[in-house]
Amino acid sequence: MSAAPERVHMTLKVNGEDQPVSFAPYKTLLEVLREDLNLTGTKHGCELGECGACAVLVDGEPLLACLELAVECEGRAIETVEGLANGAELHPLQAAFADLGGAQCGYCTPGILMTAKALLEKEPHPSRERIREAISGNLCRCTGYQQIYESIEEAAQHMREGS
Amino acid sequence: MNAPEKPRHKQRFDTIGKPRRRVDGRSKVTGQTRFADDIVLPRMLHCKLLRSPHPHAVIESIDAAKARAHPGVHLVLTGRDFPITFGILPVSQDEYPLAPERVRYVGDPLAAVIAKDEQTATEALDLIEVRYRPLATIASSEEALATPEPRIHDYGEQGNIHRLQAFEFGDVEQALAESEHVFEDLFFYEGNTHLPIEQHAAVAQVDGEGKLTLWSSTQVPHYIHRALARALRLPAAHVRVIACQNGGGFGGKCDLHNHEIVVSKAALLLGRPVKICLTREEVFYMHRGRHPVLMKMRTGVTKDGKLTGMHLQTLLDGGGYGSYGTASTFYTGALQTVTYELPRYKFDACRTFTNKPPCGPKRGHGTPQPRFGQEVQLDKIAEKLGIDPAELRLKQIAKPDSLTANWLKIGSIGLEECIRQVVARSGWKDKHGKLGAGRGVGIACGSYLCGAGLPIYWNKMPQSGVQLLIDRSGQVTAFCGSTEIGQGSDDVLAAIVAEVLGIDAFDVRVVTGDTGLTPVDLGSYSSRVTVMSGNAAIQAAERARALIVEGAAEQLGVLPERVALARGRAFLAEDPSRGMSFAEAVVFAEAKFGTLGTVGSYSPPRSPARFKGGGVGPSPAYSYSACVIEVEVDPATGWITVHKVWIAHDIGQAINPVLARGQVEGSVYMALGEALMEEQVFRRLPPKLSGALVHKIPSMLEYKSLTSLDMPEVDTILVEDPDPNCPFGAKEVGQGPLLPVMPAVANAIWDAVGVRIDELPITPDKVLRALEKKAKGEVARVGPEHFPAVPYPEPMIVLPPWEGGDGNELKTAHGKLARKARAAA
Repeated sequence: MSAAPERVHMTLKVNGEDQPVSFAPYKTLLEVLREDLNLTGTKHGCELGECGACAVLVDGEPLLACLELAVECEGRAIETVEGLANGAELHPLQAAFADLGGAQCGYCTPGILMTAKALLEKEPHPSRERIREAISGNLCRCTGYQQIYESIEEAAQHMREGS
Repeated sequence: MNAPEKPRHKQRFDTIGKPRRRVDGRSKVTGQTRFADDIVLPRMLHCKLLRSPHPHAVIESIDAAKARAHPGVHLVLTGRDFPITFGILPVSQDEYPLAPERVRYVGDPLAAVIAKDEQTATEALDLIEVRYRPLATIASSEEALATPEPRIHDYGEQGNIHRLQAFEFGDVEQALAESEHVFEDLFFYEGNTHLPIEQHAAVAQVDGEGKLTLWSSTQVPHYIHRALARALRLPAAHVRVIACQNGGGFGGKCDLHNHEIVVSKAALLLGRPVKICLTREEVFYMHRGRHPVLMKMRTGVTKDGKLTGMHLQTLLDGGGYGSYGTASTFYTGALQTVTYELPRYKFDACRTFTNKPPCGPKRGHGTPQPRFGQEVQLDKIAEKLGIDPAELRLKQIAKPDSLTANWLKIGSIGLEECIRQVVARSGWKDKHGKLGAGRGVGIACGSYLCGAGLPIYWNKMPQSGVQLLIDRSGQVTAFCGSTEIGQGSDDVLAAIVAEVLGIDAFDVRVVTGDTGLTPVDLGSYSSRVTVMSGNAAIQAAERARALIVEGAAEQLGVLPERVALARGRAFLAEDPSRGMSFAEAVVFAEAKFGTLGTVGSYSPPRSPARFKGGGVGPSPAYSYSACVIEVEVDPATGWITVHKVWIAHDIGQAINPVLARGQVEGSVYMALGEALMEEQVFRRLPPKLSGALVHKIPSMLEYKSLTSLDMPEVDTILVEDPDPNCPFGAKEVGQGPLLPVMPAVANAIWDAVGVRIDELPITPDKVLRALEKKAKGEVARVGPEHFPAVPYPEPMIVLPPWEGGDGNELKTAHGKLARKARAAA
């Protein structure tokens, strides 16, 4: 039986770009994103899958990056908040969160934006109830959620009109 | 400086009061806002702390040899490396960065490892061998009172009592004796914690010249700057503290924390940057949150329900250290007088030391607990006297521009409008007492400071300063020590400068929270930032405006009085076509006056209170809130569903209504957590496992807070009654709206199912217990049953303004005479 390697080397596909990276195999996707790829937009609040701050999209599905080993993500499409805008143009979710108070301290915001993006891609016209369900795994201590719902609804409307 | 230069009164504002994207909004949604743990520096090392597994123990020995020898470890620090104590208040210098001899709560740090990465540092922690001798532990205030030895600290009043206070503003016993009714109630408010999603992090670096920089998740960089320099025995001028944007604070980032001192020391010793980021579990241990408070409230009322006097006694469970506890102790009584007319008031307070994480300031600091008691008691008074609870409050709202019994100066009061709004919009009159079994509505009010009148250390200097840089490019940069913790203080600063200079808020660059670059502002606490930095910003901007207008006026060949600044232009007020761009006007001003720069500063008005202890409570202004809550209670399970919250907040003037509404709704959210589920509680391990007192739930999963599925709809109403002491009339909004929510929930539960839950949080098991009692014909109440004997001192006697007082303590001889005469009578 051979010992676990000190480091593994692989290519991760992050925000549409191939990123060669080497890291200790015990590292979570959250750690590799933040520490090895310098993508610090993804946050952490517990490292135990309780707060949702680290949510990213993997193959289009929201996933808690603190519970996923990075080595399991090879070949999968990873999306983080850094990839959300189209160049200088904000994604409608980003614009709505900035305009309507959806982001207060901004710490839970990247996780909620990614979760909301996955929702709107599947359901362009979600009810308030569906929005509440979709983000129920993302804790926000600042807003009381109401302005978050309104931001998501505004973005959904904008995206429907724009398409 | 007490009366800031007032801006010209405009018919309408261009920026103030308009809903806008906050000036730092784009960074927040693109992941570019830099929080402390996002900082990565070349050659950076990582720190982990060894924390005590015992709630109370003597450290007999620490052997760190194996940890030091562990590959990748650069440094191990212990208590020996930190000979002097620190504490955020000058009166409570009772903490060591690393405990040298004694640990006082589970989680008290006693050693630190600095290593190449977190993993290595964590491994090395396990190699440190510590021999502890456990001591008896104290789990509650009552145990602290009953257990004078061993003392947790060798300072304080006596035994394990940290602090005792007693004040009497007029003869309350006489007032109660002459009242038609006297209501006596006991209330208990369990402790709870801030739970910001961002865990505390800090990075320390020594620059090329040997000077220290600390980046930290802190709400109070100026206080950290002072205290850190003292703790490290460095000249403060060689220390720079940068408050990174906080990922939520709520009061939990107001202390100087052990880890901030440890990484600073390590960086100085190693000459390399050192970072620490606490785990969520560690944040629960470090705490500094809401004090558990037991309260006894005796209140006299006339037959039509008007208050005649109140005697409030509070007992605070302070945890293992002082923290802000002395201030918290005062705050459990200081603001009891600013909401309703209260002719006489007596207040006794006691804070104990216990072997739990230290308590400190959390949103509302010390005032939510007595507010809960007062508003629930008012509901009982209304019930007993057959008066509508909203009417009972309306008939005795404190008067604007008045003094309270304890010598607080109140300015504007928009409470009547707040009550009328929530009553009308909730349909209160058709609902209260009329919704049928299981459903009910409750009402409550609150009021809060717009900034503490005094800083935490005595000085005569301004409490906020703003410096403006304006140059020929037309750029305007505002420098201020204020600290952005998510509440929008950067946006407030930019908006105020923009309004005065007639430019767009987005065109004002803000540099904040950096003691190396920005004038002192005391920090983001006590809801002080909008009022204090806002007033300083107005002064600085008005001074800059005068220069720019003069430059433009000379060019236009008119008197400066005729020049207006608006929408990015300087122009002749009566003929806007004659003018120039703002940047051109700056060029003329810079040519005329030389390099442009202005400053503004602000100090609150002096309080009329002259007695010792009268420094806690005064504020430039007070905000007011009223709240109606509708609940449904399932009698089979005790489950409480909050259907809707109507809340009106007297903000004076909203600077940015989007952000103001967010503060109100965030307060409601946090308050509902305190009302229904959040509690920082402890349990004893079985004797075979040491019998230690441990945190019951140091994780986010088990520390219950509201998710999006639990949060009800909130109808937010901003009432704007401008206060003359405030910038553009703007009062606070970050803390006040929390206060009425908890009692409104309790009062709604009474309306729904006829039981009184006189303690928080109100969980289904308590509702069920009360319903069972009701079914048996017992008193349908769950809450504290007795108040222990507390050795409160003889009160300091201060006569209210309307009883011939002058704001001073009644001289001791008179005080004694007064007491003797009273005793004889």
